[in-house]
Amino acid sequence: MKKYTYTDKKDTRSGFGAGLHEAGKRNENVVALCADLVGSLKMDAFIKDFPERFFQIGIAEANMMGIAAGLTIGGKIPFTGTFANFSTGRVYDQIRQSIAYSGKNVKICASHAGLTLGEDGATHQILEDIGLMKMLPGMVVINPCDYNQTKAATLAIMDYEGPVYLRFGRPVIPVFTPEDQKFEIGKAWMVNEGKDVTIVATGHMVWRAIQAGEELEKLGIDAEIINIHTIKPLDEEAILKSVQKTGCIVTCEEHNKFGGLGESVSRFLTTTYLAPQEFVAVDDSFGESATPDQLMTKYKLDPSDIVAAAQKVIARKG
Amino acid sequence: MKHTISELEDIASQVRRDILRMVHAVQSGHPGASLGCADFFTALYFEVMNHNPEFDMDGKNEDLFFLSNGHISPVWYSVLARAGYFEVSELSTFRKLDSRLQGHPTTHEHLPGIRIASGSLGQGLSVAIGAALAKKINGDHSLVYALLGDGELQEGQNWEAFMFAPHNKVDNVIATIDYNGQQIDGPTEKVLSLENLQAKFEAFGWHVINSDGNDMDGIVKALHYAKSLTGKGKPILNLMSTQMGYGVDFMVGTHKWHGSAPNDAQLESALGQIKETAGDY
Repeated sequence: MKKYTYTDKKDTRSGFGAGLHEAGKRNENVVALCADLVGSLKMDAFIKDFPERFFQIGIAEANMMGIAAGLTIGGKIPFTGTFANFSTGRVYDQIRQSIAYSGKNVKICASHAGLTLGEDGATHQILEDIGLMKMLPGMVVINPCDYNQTKAATLAIMDYEGPVYLRFGRPVIPVFTPEDQKFEIGKAWMVNEGKDVTIVATGHMVWRAIQAGEELEKLGIDAEIINIHTIKPLDEEAILKSVQKTGCIVTCEEHNKFGGLGESVSRFLTTTYLAPQEFVAVDDSFGESATPDQLMTKYKLDPSDIVAAAQKVIARKG
Repeated sequence: MKHTISELEDIASQVRRDILRMVHAVQSGHPGASLGCADFFTALYFEVMNHNPEFDMDGKNEDLFFLSNGHISPVWYSVLARAGYFEVSELSTFRKLDSRLQGHPTTHEHLPGIRIASGSLGQGLSVAIGAALAKKINGDHSLVYALLGDGELQEGQNWEAFMFAPHNKVDNVIATIDYNGQQIDGPTEKVLSLENLQAKFEAFGWHVINSDGNDMDGIVKALHYAKSLTGKGKPILNLMSTQMGYGVDFMVGTHKWHGSAPNDAQLESALGQIKETAGDY
């Protein structure tokens, strides 16, 4: 198992804030919109340096999506910022008609995704957003794993022409990917090469998959770990190559088991290379109030849950 | 004036014939408010707006138009074709397989003149405001026009947009309400009353003007007046009274032709009331 260490812990939303600020410096067409959550989305640096390119929309997410769509007409590259729940479920039809179907170059940037939003509870903890967004034709769906990757992803989507959903979160987690990484949309990142089981993980689950890989190593299991930061388009080649080697796969996501990364992997593998799969995901449930760590344990998203899923799927190889 | 009022009325007459023939041909579509807004669209595209039929999506340094109530696509398609955005003969493909003239307007099929999809109601004003903000950033002094149905004012997103534009001094937008008092299920006053729209818009901070959308001279003057009010710190709202089905005696003033097509005999009767001025497609 390749050794991963970290010297710093940061939230992925701060990676977005840093990326947005840098994007603003690199491209004068970048504009930002926010629905009364500037501090939570870490947009302050962008606003300070580019006040004329920032639009405070107020608590009106539907209007924000429409205004963002309109700003693209005239060559702007709008980044919208609010919580994941209000970035997707609340405004699904606005995104569907005015952005996705209209083919507009809007970057929908969503913080506080998943259970790790914590104490605010289920009204704010969306676990269905990946599914909602990946079903829209032409929508790119990205869920980076740490601060550095989120910053790199924010810059990468600036250069990509078309609608993007960028999902990140609230909790402070280890920064373990390189600061100077090149982010390629749709290109999986090999975290650790192994031969016994493929573990693909997205977002906050990648660090947990690494921790699980270390535990599995102690049990004599050599896990291949892949970071799928882009859920759509899925890096099918990387998944196929790995599963052809290991013969089984575990998918890990902070999302409902319905509609997420796991189902995208299943859909692909059933038509190409049949292999046993186990899902580490929320079991068709809403969340609740508690600390992020308590929730990840209760909803079975801990490294120990990944270890158990790996053992189970290896046993199913037969 | 680019055209005389009489010339504009002739164009609107041909547009009304196009609407009826398009909807009749596929026995679907929305003739009522399309007929009611024929004069407005004609005034906008043939007299008021500075626009380029050599279509460019970004539309820099030209006036832009956004249709929020996308179901009245027949009137828009006819006016775009008659203004030179695409061949008039293409109107015969309306709502048919592989057509660029979808039931509701879309950018998806790349029809020149369309900059956003609409049909799911209440979204167009937000988009128009966004385009107007882009113009301000770009130092582009041309204007953005939007048309909204009165029924769709029941959608909440509109009021988010009505609140946003005055606060942010988006004074390069002219929004027109097609105030015909009808919607699918009946008169707006029965379905869900709009109450005093003028007072509501003024309370939100818009500069409100009133117009008669079925009087060509009146609507041209109103739109020119609206233009003169731009750039003064407030968005402009044109509360435009129209009659649904205007121009056809058995269609006028009722919601019954909101989304119904005339049969053969009804088409013949309707066309008999409307002069062919520029040649049917």
